[in-house]
Amino acid sequence: MQELFSQYFIYWLILILFMIGPFGMIYKKNLVKKLMAMNVMQVAVIIFFLVLGQKTGGTLPIEMHGLAGVENYINPLPHALMLTAIVVSLSTTGVALALLILIQRRYGTLEEDEMLRRMNQ
Amino acid sequence: MREQLPALIIIVPLLAALAAPLIAYLSTRLLRIVIIGAILVSHLSALGTLLRVLAEGPWHYRFGGWLPPWGIEYVIDPLSGSMAVLISFISLVVAIYSGPFFKADTWLRKGIFYALYALLTTGLLGMVVTGDVFNLYVFLEISSLAAYALIASGGHKATVAAFRYLLIGTVGASFYLLGIGYLYAITGSLNMADLVHRLQPLMDSPAVLTAVVMLVVGMGIKMALFPMHGWLPDAYTYAPPPATAFISGVMTKVSAYVLFRFFFFVLGAMNGPVPAALTVVGWAAAVGIIIGSVMAIAQTDFRRMLAYSSVAQIGYIALGLAIGNTFALIGAVLHILNHAVMKSCLFLVAGGVKWKTGEHTIEKYAELSRRMPLTMGAFLIAALSMVGLPPTAGFFSKWYLVLGAMEAWMWPYIVVIILSSLLNAVYFFRVIEHVYMKKAEPKATEENGGGRELPVAMLVPIVLLGVGILVIGVLNEPIVTQILQYALPGGGR
Repeated sequence: MQELFSQYFIYWLILILFMIGPFGMIYKKNLVKKLMAMNVMQVAVIIFFLVLGQKTGGTLPIEMHGLAGVENYINPLPHALMLTAIVVSLSTTGVALALLILIQRRYGTLEEDEMLRRMNQ
Repeated sequence: MREQLPALIIIVPLLAALAAPLIAYLSTRLLRIVIIGAILVSHLSALGTLLRVLAEGPWHYRFGGWLPPWGIEYVIDPLSGSMAVLISFISLVVAIYSGPFFKADTWLRKGIFYALYALLTTGLLGMVVTGDVFNLYVFLEISSLAAYALIASGGHKATVAAFRYLLIGTVGASFYLLGIGYLYAITGSLNMADLVHRLQPLMDSPAVLTAVVMLVVGMGIKMALFPMHGWLPDAYTYAPPPATAFISGVMTKVSAYVLFRFFFFVLGAMNGPVPAALTVVGWAAAVGIIIGSVMAIAQTDFRRMLAYSSVAQIGYIALGLAIGNTFALIGAVLHILNHAVMKSCLFLVAGGVKWKTGEHTIEKYAELSRRMPLTMGAFLIAALSMVGLPPTAGFFSKWYLVLGAMEAWMWPYIVVIILSSLLNAVYFFRVIEHVYMKKAEPKATEENGGGRELPVAMLVPIVLLGVGILVIGVLNEPIVTQILQYALPGGGR
């Protein structure tokens, strides 16, 4: 498992995950699916940062007896940064869901084509 | 106290934002006083900081006493200082203006509007004063989230526009975050001043190339650079007028500032992939200037016309960055200042007309010069400034841009600037014709009272900005030699 996270292969997975975002936002017609695609994209960025902190043979960044030296611990900074990014992602999703409720109440649908038709009537 | 000025710029509006709904519950009159007071304190702190920075050089303010590159520091140099003064000034003016719009609303709506407004101000101010790239991301998201909610409060169509902006804006922010992720991966630092040194030997690596591409895409979306401007027209058209005036005035410019900061201060304009990126930005801007102007001519809704004109105007700023010599950079920074004042003034006028007559198509502007002479006087000045006639401010920033393009032998850019000025003239003179020459239909609509003019709270900001355009135009030389010159990389030699 640790091998997987500290080699190059993981970056390809992140790239695929990241590209699902724009793809879903452009291709899917349902607004909730667009929002989910956006979330997948944010998660890809978060995993990207977490992988940056990973080291082969590294352990949790809590000081342990008999383990001196920076190479024995994974880098905690990306994790701290991503805590903030997760909060941001959460609040973005919250705002987006609130907007979707308003759209649903006004137009009675979350399908984009249908909504645009009712909007232009 | 004087040592803490840079922190006050951010903290006072932030606290006001948090307290706003509670204060609104107690008294809505007190709410306005608190919000305007908080933004005023922020503005005065920004002014005090800028004055000290001009006298003594860049000011590094360390949060909690942590030394950079570990702690977060605020760095105020003449560029970020003047941006902070500009943002807080526009915010202050629009906050005063917004009063009459919410007369009929409940305390909750007022409280939430002003809370979001103060948060937006905080986020934008934070983006310009911070010296840490991740802190910048956090402030970017604070300002964006506040902006989405503000735009959505403008009605049903605004909700859809806000949702689209939210999706596209989050893509932009994700690209920015990935960009700084690459920079962090290769240097291990997030502090701008520290990045400068660590990046120098690494500029040719593919990671830096990727980071530059990500930053251009991310900030390009946020500043509505030409192919990525799709969210802007709807968002500006349907948002409530005070929110539009502030968002259109400064929000896209702050993203342009971030691009300027990264290209010319952190990465260095001559290193690695940056010249190529600047060329791409320049051509995108040139196409955007023309397309934005042509689209503006095609609009019948005044606010939508202004929105497309914003796409064109942000192009001038990007063009100045792309040319990249001293004249062009002065032009770009001066245009950030000018366009913020002009576009806010124009959107305030549009909001005032909407408030008074309930109309926003250009047709209905006929004979408004009789009914609101002062407002339309300010509109005339702002429109002439957008076209670029001396002695209004708009002329001088275009003049510097043309000088820069001439010095760099970039003739296509000069053609673009002059052509777009003509196109600007076409769509603004059409409105001016309606305002001053067309006869109105006998039964003109009146939504808010007879009276000849707008209420004082709305009129004063409009006239203030209108006069401001003339003042900036006349005083452009001292502004450039005393302030903006020092704002350029290397102190503008």
